[in-house]
Amino acid sequence: MIHPLRILVAAAALALPVSAHAAVEIQEVTSPGGIEAWLVEESSIPFVALEIRFDGGAVLDPDDAVGATNLMVALLEEGAAERDAQAFAEAVEGLAARFGFDAYHDGVNVSAAFLTENRDEGVALLRDALTRPRFDPDAIERVREQVLAVIEQDNNDPSAIAGRKASELAYPDHPYGRPVDGTTESVAGLTRDDLVDAHARTLVRSRMHVGATGDITAEELGLVLDELLGGLPEGEAVDIPMADYALDGGVTVTEFPTPQSVVIFGHDSIMQDDPDFFPAFVMNHVLGGRGFDSRLMTEVREERGLTYGIGSYLSPRDYGASHLGQFSSGNDRVAEAIAVVRDQWADIAENGITQEELDRAKTFLTGAYPLRFDGNGTIAGILVGMQSQGWPTTYIETRNDRVNAVTLDDVQRVARRIMRPEDLHFLVVGQPEGVESGTLPEG
Amino acid sequence: MRRLLTAALLAAALPAAGQTDAPADPAAFGDDTVSTFTLDNGLDAIVIEDNRAPVVVHMVWYDVGAADEPPGRSGIAHFLEHLMFKGTETLEPGEFSATVAAQGGTDNAFTSQDYTGYFQRVAADRLGLMMEMEADRMANLRLDEGEVLTERDVVLEERAQRTDSNPGALFGEQRQAMQYLNHPYAIPIIGWEAEIRELGLQDALDFYADHYGPNNATLIVAGDVDPAEVEALARRHYGPVPANPAIGPRMRPQEPPQLAPRRLEYADPRVSNPYVIRTYLAPERDPGAQEDAAALTLLAAVMGGSSQTSLMGRTLEQEEGTALYTSAFYNGTSLDDTTFGLLVVPTPDRTLAEAEADMDRMIETLIADGVDSVQLDRIKAQVRAAEIYGRDSLQERASTYGNAVTAGLGVGDVAAWPGILDAVTGDDIVAAARAVLRPETSVTGYLTRPADPQETTQ
Repeated sequence: MIHPLRILVAAAALALPVSAHAAVEIQEVTSPGGIEAWLVEESSIPFVALEIRFDGGAVLDPDDAVGATNLMVALLEEGAAERDAQAFAEAVEGLAARFGFDAYHDGVNVSAAFLTENRDEGVALLRDALTRPRFDPDAIERVREQVLAVIEQDNNDPSAIAGRKASELAYPDHPYGRPVDGTTESVAGLTRDDLVDAHARTLVRSRMHVGATGDITAEELGLVLDELLGGLPEGEAVDIPMADYALDGGVTVTEFPTPQSVVIFGHDSIMQDDPDFFPAFVMNHVLGGRGFDSRLMTEVREERGLTYGIGSYLSPRDYGASHLGQFSSGNDRVAEAIAVVRDQWADIAENGITQEELDRAKTFLTGAYPLRFDGNGTIAGILVGMQSQGWPTTYIETRNDRVNAVTLDDVQRVARRIMRPEDLHFLVVGQPEGVESGTLPEG
Repeated sequence: MRRLLTAALLAAALPAAGQTDAPADPAAFGDDTVSTFTLDNGLDAIVIEDNRAPVVVHMVWYDVGAADEPPGRSGIAHFLEHLMFKGTETLEPGEFSATVAAQGGTDNAFTSQDYTGYFQRVAADRLGLMMEMEADRMANLRLDEGEVLTERDVVLEERAQRTDSNPGALFGEQRQAMQYLNHPYAIPIIGWEAEIRELGLQDALDFYADHYGPNNATLIVAGDVDPAEVEALARRHYGPVPANPAIGPRMRPQEPPQLAPRRLEYADPRVSNPYVIRTYLAPERDPGAQEDAAALTLLAAVMGGSSQTSLMGRTLEQEEGTALYTSAFYNGTSLDDTTFGLLVVPTPDRTLAEAEADMDRMIETLIADGVDSVQLDRIKAQVRAAEIYGRDSLQERASTYGNAVTAGLGVGDVAAWPGILDAVTGDDIVAAARAVLRPETSVTGYLTRPADPQETTQ
């Protein structure tokens, strides 16, 4: 007789091709002052990573102050409370604390790491940056020059030009159509008051999500939260309309002197809370997801050598969703690459994917998920992303089940629904041969 | 507001190798998570244990890079790296990566002047399979003419994307070529375009036969593993691969002493913010002798490591307001002579000649006034903290060792490095500046727009 335990072990080994879930335990923490955060305690390395997201970023810039949130965020560590820019930097560097600030359309992210040995002092510095930034005139002018330099650089970078053009054309009547950095003209016109307003509008408790991972207990984190964030205003709800997607199928060429054309392609798509999102996500992995064996990588790179890299991705944002991809190809070969992409897009819309492709995608996606959870900063970022989506802490345990629940029928149905080759628009920046603005030639 | 401009500019300004200086290493602080062993066929192995997540990073680093290529075959080291994914006696083209993906893993590879590396990141219980496949392509590569030609087109697109589409990268290539009169570091890793176009199947097989094998490789495994099990798996999978008798010592033409300063100016209509960059030929970290490199590492931090507090940042960006951005850089982890560099991006109202004069003045100030001891203390606090933060990333820890051993250093040198950095004094830094920042060993480059800029549409 075979021992029953052995059968059980063998069955488990078969059922779990890779470690099925991430080994993180999330604690939901509420500070004495009522600030909520998610924590993964991990004490083996003596530092803690903290990630804070404020929903609502550059989309909140008024029409006459485009770029205000970006410039404001860039100035947070350029002087706060009693310290000017240099004194602040000296204090941060002396503690070897690490701060990062990032503005984008949907939000503002603050990333920080504090050594356990001087955590309280580090927290006090970040508190000053978040709650008492100085916006000194000389710092404003210096950082303004830097932002203008970045904009000038983007004006000469084909990839940046393509990205900005894609946003402008897709969202002409929505803040998504404006660059986060602003324009040369708008940044030149920003005043100190614009920055003070942007600060008051953006860094507010009611739209804040906090994740912490590392060497800190729930009780300690509660005290840190009050010290760090208790001084921020509650803030108001924001009212940003959903973005209409204005681009139809076709080609837009922007002339730029470069040996290789940069191409961004795509059309609008579904939001993350759409019931079809998981089938769409799995389908996109087959089309152009990460790795070397997606259809686009196989057809455009491996089979034809037309590009160094190509991918596609679903981009569900807070106020609109799109399905996009990007690649670069030599000016003399980009027309062929565009035709291949269009054919692949049409093929998946019409014929869907195969059972084998679905199985491979599921194995990859479910196997890769637990591998994401390595590193304190990475985990803190994941915690904040989940909160921002309104997901429960148990999402991590159920996520792979949702991927595995996707059937071939689901994918074929969703492919027909969301893949619209006739609406595919190619934005080309370069000197492409045989590609002109207008409607896409028939395949 | 350091990060925005830093990322944008440095991508263009720094040497193409993508090398940043290795972070300080845990072993020096009594960390017992690092162990080593060597197989009979000459394969060295380094194991880094980190049990926080059920993940393993598996890497093989070969002691061969672009600087080991035969004359006229520039780019073959990197081209072969691409072709290593094109199959063996038992694996179809693309099957390697597809198998990794089927395990939920990711894989890739990289080539520098001194090394070629392959890695996979997978669930820890898949380590054996990764070793089986990596050991297979260590000796059994099979190439098909058609695959080779298609992949050559991919590499040409890669060069167009990374180098030819980027004026900063083209400028860097020209500067590097001027920096080295005799050493092959003068030649770009990806290769000169005309030579890439001529590379073929036989070039790849020859380079593979000359340089690949367990006795020219280091296995690095980092993650949720038991060192004894790693060794047992390595014996099973890598043990049977025979040593390659063709492997000999690395012989490269060395750089003669530089006696005259060199200058170049590159104009490109795609340049947005002109800058001046100067590099000096500088010593690298050597086994058992890393003190000079440590002093140069801290010299870079003192001169240009922070836009607010470094000498150039504080003076030119903050106090005088004449620079948009300044930086100093030094990568000591190199097999042969490396470079120390300074960068000044002036504000739009300043000329590059004025920016260069500012740069010279900063060097003179450092040598005359010495190092601010409070600033040096802050820098050392960050060096010590980098050891703690660095432990958070498996990939980074593994790469620190891979970088070092392929540059001729030992695990002991990696372990000693943080302590050597910590012992550097202000006087050591000034002495290093005097020794290295000499006009006759410099290459000074201006990146500019053409006098009559071409009209470009946006």
